[in-house]
Amino acid sequence: MTLLEATKVRHFFGGLCAVGDFNLDLHAGELMGIIGPNGAGKTTVFNLITGVYQASEGSIRFKGTELVGKTPHQITALRIGRTFQNIRLFRDLSVLDNVRIAHYAQSNYSPLEALLQIGRYRREEERIIENSQRLLSIFKLETLAGETAKNLPYGMQRRLEIARALAIGPELLLLDEPAAGMNPNEIDQLMEFIQWIRQEFKLTLLLIEHQMKLVMGICERIKVLDFGETLAEGPPEAIQNDPKVLEAYLGEGPIG
Amino acid sequence: MSAMLRNHWDGLLEQRWLLPVLLAIGFVLAFAIPEYNLLNKYVQLVLMYVGINIILAVSLNLVNGYMGEFSLAHAGFMAVGAYTAALLTMKVLPIAAYPGLFPLAVLAGGLAAAFMGLIVAVPSFKVRGDYLAIITLAFLMIVKSVIENIDYIGGPRGIPGIKRLTTLPWVFFWVVVSVWAVRNFVYSKYGRGVLSIREDEIASDLMSVNTRRVKFLAFMTSSFFAGIAGALFAHLLQFISPRVFDIIKTTDILIMVYLGGIASIGGSILGATLYTGLMEILRPSTVAGLLSWLPEMIFDPLNEYFIRHLGVWRMVIMPLLLVLVMLYWPRGMMGLREFRGFIPRRDREAHHRLKTLEKQGTP
Repeated sequence: MTLLEATKVRHFFGGLCAVGDFNLDLHAGELMGIIGPNGAGKTTVFNLITGVYQASEGSIRFKGTELVGKTPHQITALRIGRTFQNIRLFRDLSVLDNVRIAHYAQSNYSPLEALLQIGRYRREEERIIENSQRLLSIFKLETLAGETAKNLPYGMQRRLEIARALAIGPELLLLDEPAAGMNPNEIDQLMEFIQWIRQEFKLTLLLIEHQMKLVMGICERIKVLDFGETLAEGPPEAIQNDPKVLEAYLGEGPIG
Repeated sequence: MSAMLRNHWDGLLEQRWLLPVLLAIGFVLAFAIPEYNLLNKYVQLVLMYVGINIILAVSLNLVNGYMGEFSLAHAGFMAVGAYTAALLTMKVLPIAAYPGLFPLAVLAGGLAAAFMGLIVAVPSFKVRGDYLAIITLAFLMIVKSVIENIDYIGGPRGIPGIKRLTTLPWVFFWVVVSVWAVRNFVYSKYGRGVLSIREDEIASDLMSVNTRRVKFLAFMTSSFFAGIAGALFAHLLQFISPRVFDIIKTTDILIMVYLGGIASIGGSILGATLYTGLMEILRPSTVAGLLSWLPEMIFDPLNEYFIRHLGVWRMVIMPLLLVLVMLYWPRGMMGLREFRGFIPRRDREAHHRLKTLEKQGTP
């Protein structure tokens, strides 16, 4: 079953074409990687899917719903979560609040109920805290609930960002360079971890990564992008030997 | 010893009877002070100004502190509330026959200001920071010049002879309501949405926060209470004119917010109280009272100087204070911190799970 489908998506920044002709067919439960040289439009694709940018042309559908034209919070509420290439936590807020904020769309009480603390307010707030604590303990952050996010070490900030993305209850999770700044040992752990949350939360995953070890290690399908267009697509083994991919990464023809 | 005291204090804060009892004492005092003249008239007046300023600071903090915008429109919302309420009590409602209608006028002032807040919220969808500050400044100037150009409401001369209907119990009531409402708002999903907008608006949107809705709510709540404060202010001062609600008034409130601390209700209460007190101390009569022990030879010329020039000095000291606070104390006294009593127990417990685990762990 197709979960996320993009057809002929184009995006321009002024006159500059950032994404030329992006097509994607992501199946439910799949783990797909997007790779490509710097400036290939990988993050732009994530921003187009999540509504940060509006696609100039084309269509992006999630479970049949058109995403182009929707705002980021509407798209997120459809249960598409994401993390960022450079961590974007709410730095001055507590670890717990970072995760609680991501419950916004799922919690269901009106501003009036909030102001008067009546009706669904109490029950919903308790549920939010409970779920947040559950997520924090999965990520071994439960003892740091009261800590300010910016005081966490780098690795924990990465974990917290994934915990926060999971708090929106995603079916599709977009990870933008989750292994950035990690050493090989940490990357091994991350690979195991991604596999685990995929099963535990029944996720479909789309990830951007430069670390070939991670991409080749866990992705079932890899898409190679350049200027938003697909250079090659297929299982890791096929991608590794694709001449077009080597060309995009290493340049054309013999050196000298 | 101090640890024991602290535990005792924390235990006291957990008691459910504490809040109702404190409120009851507050209301009894608010009624008793004017009734039996427990404090002199001047101190009573200052107390009411402190209360009104607390409402203003707490409500402005919602936008400038919690949301991290820099709105300069607060005096404008105050003006809308003040004029709406004053016109109602003077021209519409039969206040002379039914003084009990006063709260209706105050409420109407708040609602009118909240409506204006809705309008100011719209540009905040598009612009942030300096640009939004300029737009709110423009709004303040528009309010002022609209009032100046409507003869029916006195134009630049203002409205004299407003009935003095604001009393200490009413001020206390509205202080409690505003603090309670802002506190409830802040510790809800909408309030956390406001905080996340300050931190990173795009990330906030991507974590499913409906940023537009949250901005609407924050601006509306903030301007509603500015309007309430304006209505109370008009019926205390008994005279309003466009000049009362200019940029100086906004600056006053800004100082209270930033001195007390951004994103802190307790901070705003502290800031408003301290600042109002300071401004009162800097009045010639107060200074004269404080210096009256000096020999006549020194006192008389000093006193004369103060009577003539202290008003000017206040206008120097006030902005200077704002500059110093912003430079050396950008978060103010209580920036991003809160009195424990204001934080819902549920929140405190969730944030301190580590500590409770430790306590359980030790035999």
